[in-house]
Amino acid sequence: MSMKFGVMVQEGPYQHESSDSAYQFVKAAMEKGHEIVGIFFYHDGVINSTKLTDPQQDDRNIVKRWSEIGEKGVDLVVCIAAAKRRGINDDVLAPGFRISGLGQLTEMAINADRFVTFGAS
Amino acid sequence: MSDVSKILIMMRKAPYGTIYAFEGLESVLIMGAYEQDITMIFADDGVYSIKKGMDTSAVGIKDFSPTFRVLEMYDIEKLYVDRESMEARGLTADDLIVEAEVVDTETITKLMEEQDAVLPF
Repeated sequence: MSMKFGVMVQEGPYQHESSDSAYQFVKAAMEKGHEIVGIFFYHDGVINSTKLTDPQQDDRNIVKRWSEIGEKGVDLVVCIAAAKRRGINDDVLAPGFRISGLGQLTEMAINADRFVTFGAS
Repeated sequence: MSDVSKILIMMRKAPYGTIYAFEGLESVLIMGAYEQDITMIFADDGVYSIKKGMDTSAVGIKDFSPTFRVLEMYDIEKLYVDRESMEARGLTADDLIVEAEVVDTETITKLMEEQDAVLPF
């Protein structure tokens, strides 16, 4: 049975494995035919959205990976309040992301069959 | 599926030291406007978020504990405190800045099972 998943990423990339785990989860869920109603980036998770990210060539590019997920039609929502605190705005936003409010988090929690969070531990 | 979702905000982090609790509170305040069935549980160091008489002047960070008092105005009245966490930190119900029901771990488990979504902060 196909399910609707909502996802929240609560940690920044590279510092913490949450972004990697969330990405692997989302990718696997989509491959199994599940729907991702949205991914909400909160706390330092908003740092996943900056196109200024430029890791070394032999490392994974976490931001680009999210943009690829976005290209597949998944809504990538960056919390505006958390973003403003951390220097993230539309000027630095990578493709596929959009900045919006906490109402989006609420709607994802309401609309998903399962809401999965990564981080805050 | 009913029109109203049961959403649990699980406050487990200390109010200062990391931003999880503060941004968690910000998300609850927004959720209040969506007229969902919101429950908040304070466990582990999360119980410190609703401790009376906080003085944060020495660390230069705003004391946000009084904000928990406005939750009532958003009809968020289902507040629970984990007894074990509270007692382990030498606190009693009289130390809390809001009306919260002190419950045992078994009740918390039951409350978690009842939810449509659990958001940890």
